[in-house]
Amino acid sequence: MIRIENLVKTFGAKRAVDGISFGVERGEVLGFLGPNGSGKSTTMRMITGFYPPTSGRVTVGGHDVAENPIAAKRLIGYLPENAASYPDMTVESFLGFTAAMRGLDGAARKRAVGRAIEMCFLSAVVRQNIDTLSKGYKHRTCLAQALIHDPEVLVLDEPTDGLDPNQKHEVRNLIRELGKSKAVVFSTHILEEVDAACSRAIIIDRGKIVAQGTPNELRARSRLEGAVTLQADGATAEKLSALGRVEDFAGAFRIDPRDPSHGPELAAAVIELVNREGWKVHGMYSERGELDEVFRSLTQPDTAAA
Amino acid sequence: MRAIRIICARELEAYFTSPVAYVFLVIFLLLTGFFTFTAGAFFERGEASLSAFFGWHPWLYLVLVPAVGMRLWAEERRAGTIELLLTMPITAWQAIIGKFLASWLFLALALVLTFPVVLTVNVLGEPDNGAIAAGYVGSFLLAGTYLALTCMTSAMTRNQVVAFILSVVICLFLILVGFNPVTDLLGRWTSSAVVDTVAAFSVVTHFDGFQKGVLDSRDLIFFFSMIGFALFATGVIIRGHRAG
Repeated sequence: MIRIENLVKTFGAKRAVDGISFGVERGEVLGFLGPNGSGKSTTMRMITGFYPPTSGRVTVGGHDVAENPIAAKRLIGYLPENAASYPDMTVESFLGFTAAMRGLDGAARKRAVGRAIEMCFLSAVVRQNIDTLSKGYKHRTCLAQALIHDPEVLVLDEPTDGLDPNQKHEVRNLIRELGKSKAVVFSTHILEEVDAACSRAIIIDRGKIVAQGTPNELRARSRLEGAVTLQADGATAEKLSALGRVEDFAGAFRIDPRDPSHGPELAAAVIELVNREGWKVHGMYSERGELDEVFRSLTQPDTAAA
Repeated sequence: MRAIRIICARELEAYFTSPVAYVFLVIFLLLTGFFTFTAGAFFERGEASLSAFFGWHPWLYLVLVPAVGMRLWAEERRAGTIELLLTMPITAWQAIIGKFLASWLFLALALVLTFPVVLTVNVLGEPDNGAIAAGYVGSFLLAGTYLALTCMTSAMTRNQVVAFILSVVICLFLILVGFNPVTDLLGRWTSSAVVDTVAAFSVVTHFDGFQKGVLDSRDLIFFFSMIGFALFATGVIIRGHRAG
């Protein structure tokens, strides 16, 4: 549904997005990860036709966003960063306005507004002015706006920003649900969201893609993937170090594999060693890679880039 | 057309859901009343015309029209809703025209509410109502010109106050270029052809015709082309922000 080819956006001398290419198909939820200022929002603004790209192409549902913006925009539901909406309107009139702008009229508009209100749990505040709402409600109002015309493509810029943990959970479930029938791109810098909602993730840093794959594939890039933590009487770092790099955590040892793909073999080797030495084991766990760590190793902190 | 209508309706609604519209209407009517009857010496003139009323409009609008229009784009940019608006399946032109029309209709409403002056002058004497109608058309076009220029300055900044001041300055310039002291001053430095060209941009000279009851096509073309140019510039500025 979304195809991006060699997308570049420069602001003055700064290359905010520097040659990004990817595609998103129907039934896919793509998580877009990156530190602040890495070009996530700029990319999304180019997908939705708000920024014209400096070079490269974006097509949505086969329509080139630069050449045929109206047809492309019709297919997209967009939640901008900070979830802006008109503060002097009520939730109901705001959603009515966006539905009208999407070409819905009369009964169809009423149905669409009702459905969006229900999906985003807004029924308690429909007649309230948007500027009197809490941040969570404001955010969901803007999300409802993105869903109002039941779009085939959803572009969500930090959809869970500013929500409390319960609301985050609801929104993630909603995204996963929507992802079954639509093409969804959402940006975040909360890594647990990638696990919770994405079928695929892209990590970008300073305008370039630095990694992509399923959450598990990304995790496998962590040096922790397949590491074994052992707590046992008699165990010493010296004896374990034959198997891999060892770290001592006050009585527990973490053995990192030499290569993430050697995880299972490492566990077997540790068990063999324990049996041979006759150590009394209190606990032994196989670690999973942490996305956090992958993210940090692949991206530069904002301060370093500046 | 449909998108223009929807945007226009939303903007009009935005005026009336906040106190801005009511405050504006009351101040506008109070000021027109004051200028017409007190400062304009409506009764002392002893003539059945509304020249005391229309004569003040270029000055009155100088402050009031930028106040109505300064919000249009500056607020969209400040709140970030411009992103929402321009990613809807519409063109930027539809948004620009829709917003402009909403404010222009609002100003038309303010103008319509001055009808008691028309009644007064008709009760007291026998004015040329055709001239009065022409005066209203001219006043409406004058307001539209100021408003279109305010749209342009509003698109330049995310700060409404800056938009207001810029548009007051531009509109003031368009008033002053028609005044003799200013044209005389210009005449000292440049050729008379330049002075004439600059003076041709004076809204006051173009507005004068309407007050006399003359609908001159040159005046109509002037106002409409000013509006067209300012709205076109608005579009260019808005595109410029996004192009980076």
